[in-house]
Amino acid sequence: MAGYVVRRVLGMVLLLFLLTLTVFFLFNMMPADPARLTCGKACSPAVIEANRHHLELDIPPIEQYQRFVSGIFFGRTFSKDTPRPIECEAPCLGYSFLRNTEVLTLIARAAPVTFWLAIGGFLTWMVVGLTLGIVSALKRGRWIDRTIMGIALIGYSLPSFFIGLVLIFFVILDWNLLPFPQWTTPDKDLGRFVQTMLLPWITIATLYAAFYMRLTRNQVLEIFGEDYIRTARAKGLPERIVVVKHALRAGLTPIVTAAGLDLAGLLGGAIITENIFSLPGLGSLAIGSVLASDLPLITGITLLTAALIIFANLIVDLLYAVIDPRVRVG
Amino acid sequence: MINVEEVEGRAQHSPERPFLSVENLAVQFKTEDGIVQAVDGVSFTLERGKTLAIVGESGSGKSVTAQAIMGLVKGMGGIVSGEIWLDGQELNRLSPSEVQALRGDEMAMIFQDPMSSLHPFYRIGDQIVEAIVAHRKVGRGAARREALEMLKHVGIPAAERRIDAYPHQLSGGMRQRVMIAMALINSPQLLIADEPTTALDVTVQAQILELIRRLQGEFGTTVIIITHDLGVVADVADDVAVMYAARIVEMAPTSEIYNKAEMPYTLGLLASIPRRDRGQQERLDPIPGNPPSPIHLPPGCVFQPRCKYWEQVPESQGDPRTVRPELVETSPRHYVRCLLPQDVRRRISHEVLQSLRGSAE
Repeated sequence: MAGYVVRRVLGMVLLLFLLTLTVFFLFNMMPADPARLTCGKACSPAVIEANRHHLELDIPPIEQYQRFVSGIFFGRTFSKDTPRPIECEAPCLGYSFLRNTEVLTLIARAAPVTFWLAIGGFLTWMVVGLTLGIVSALKRGRWIDRTIMGIALIGYSLPSFFIGLVLIFFVILDWNLLPFPQWTTPDKDLGRFVQTMLLPWITIATLYAAFYMRLTRNQVLEIFGEDYIRTARAKGLPERIVVVKHALRAGLTPIVTAAGLDLAGLLGGAIITENIFSLPGLGSLAIGSVLASDLPLITGITLLTAALIIFANLIVDLLYAVIDPRVRVG
Repeated sequence: MINVEEVEGRAQHSPERPFLSVENLAVQFKTEDGIVQAVDGVSFTLERGKTLAIVGESGSGKSVTAQAIMGLVKGMGGIVSGEIWLDGQELNRLSPSEVQALRGDEMAMIFQDPMSSLHPFYRIGDQIVEAIVAHRKVGRGAARREALEMLKHVGIPAAERRIDAYPHQLSGGMRQRVMIAMALINSPQLLIADEPTTALDVTVQAQILELIRRLQGEFGTTVIIITHDLGVVADVADDVAVMYAARIVEMAPTSEIYNKAEMPYTLGLLASIPRRDRGQQERLDPIPGNPPSPIHLPPGCVFQPRCKYWEQVPESQGDPRTVRPELVETSPRHYVRCLLPQDVRRRISHEVLQSLRGSAE
């Protein structure tokens, strides 16, 4: 088991390295010229060249990459030979000249918003999705199964901006049940935090719960056909134990896979939901950086999102070993 | 009035009724293609401590019969009719939770494929403990000691270590021993073994059968063994019931089946047992054709389309293509479902069994 973990972690480190390489060169090969973007339309070539030098874009790409990676580990200084050099301490993911802020600071500011959005949505959809999925499987073919699967199909088909806008229109504007969303952290004002996040959570949960209902239902039904479920019933176990301890546990693997990756994807920013509810999270930040061609910021966010997915993959694989003893080899 | 009848009924039934009595058992499944009659009018009795072998091809209804006795069919969406009397109690009338309390306690079952019949995620000791605490108020420590004793008893070497093994760490034979330990842990009165040796190596098959027989002697368990292999049952069973297309077509004491089987299907099964003592050049004699689809059964005798002898049925008995034969007692405790007259059946039986013996010499 320990060997397995070490192998997986080493693999993850290698993957992260390849990731920085890919992301860095992908974005630096793009036609947008960051130096030109630093000043307006009436920019003289001399100023652009000077800025290019400040931004360290006048050195070979390989060297740029080296500085980028070494910045992550040891920090770096931008605009060294100007009167106002910019210290960027390790881990330095870059510096957004458009916003005059370190990339990491921008991400750290937006991350809690996305974190709470993702966690709340995740918990909601897992509870709703798994519960209704199991109920649906147990009542297969009955009206309750058909109703749940009908709802799932609708939830699955509706785009998140539609669900979000409908919720805003009715709950906030028409029925005045909630105030308009205004981001705050839970420790500052828990009441307003919940009021703000309730609709975004529901929006995200509706979308994902639909998928998890179907997945859970299919898994439970498939496992019900297994011989060891018949054995469990032949032992005289109560149906509740047969379903939860024997069937659900055995069918958990694909659910855990999907859940891990979905959560990681969401932690990287829920672009549409954040935008609809004016939440200043990573999704909003990502959209802003793309629209402004803020390359250091785009690079930073992409790296972070991809790293989250890789990390989630690792966690999921380790969870497999916890769930399924047959995986625990070597 | 009703009460009096019931009391009288019980007083009459429980002492006289055999330990297990299945009466007119029928199981239907509704599918998209139509209604499948998986079991049709099956009746048999079994005395305490005896062994009945139910023999038949895949889809003959033998496993469904067993699962209906265990009360497992209703959960699968099957419709069960008829009566199942176990030790003076009619099971088909009980509520699901009452049958659940009997399952694994009064009656237990082991299955064909030990590879897939144990839960892959739980230690075998825990799976046995689960069966104990489902039926008795025992502490986990005591239950675990009991499980360990039983594992030793069914011949698991190094049981102290193996009790914490996962199923995938054991061989097929070991897993079937674990299944047997789990089935017998609550000392059931009735043990149903559904093809317990089919998925195992030949060398292990004999060991497992021997184990079942030994434990049956020790615990006084009544056993139903289900198999498609008539060769398996010779040493184990007291009685044999041959099933074909959801019905019992012949039932008799084991020696009677081997020496005086009368139904052409049973004779066909006997002829298709591979035997070492048969000559190399001798070919097996399989029954031609396939079993009928359970949705579209032949209107007459269900075996008629594959029967070599159906044209010998005299007109007075009716046309086997349209007339369904009944199960009749042809000699004491020997039941046959066939339209052929008794003398014709016995002549055919004599010829077939003689030629089998002849080829062995």
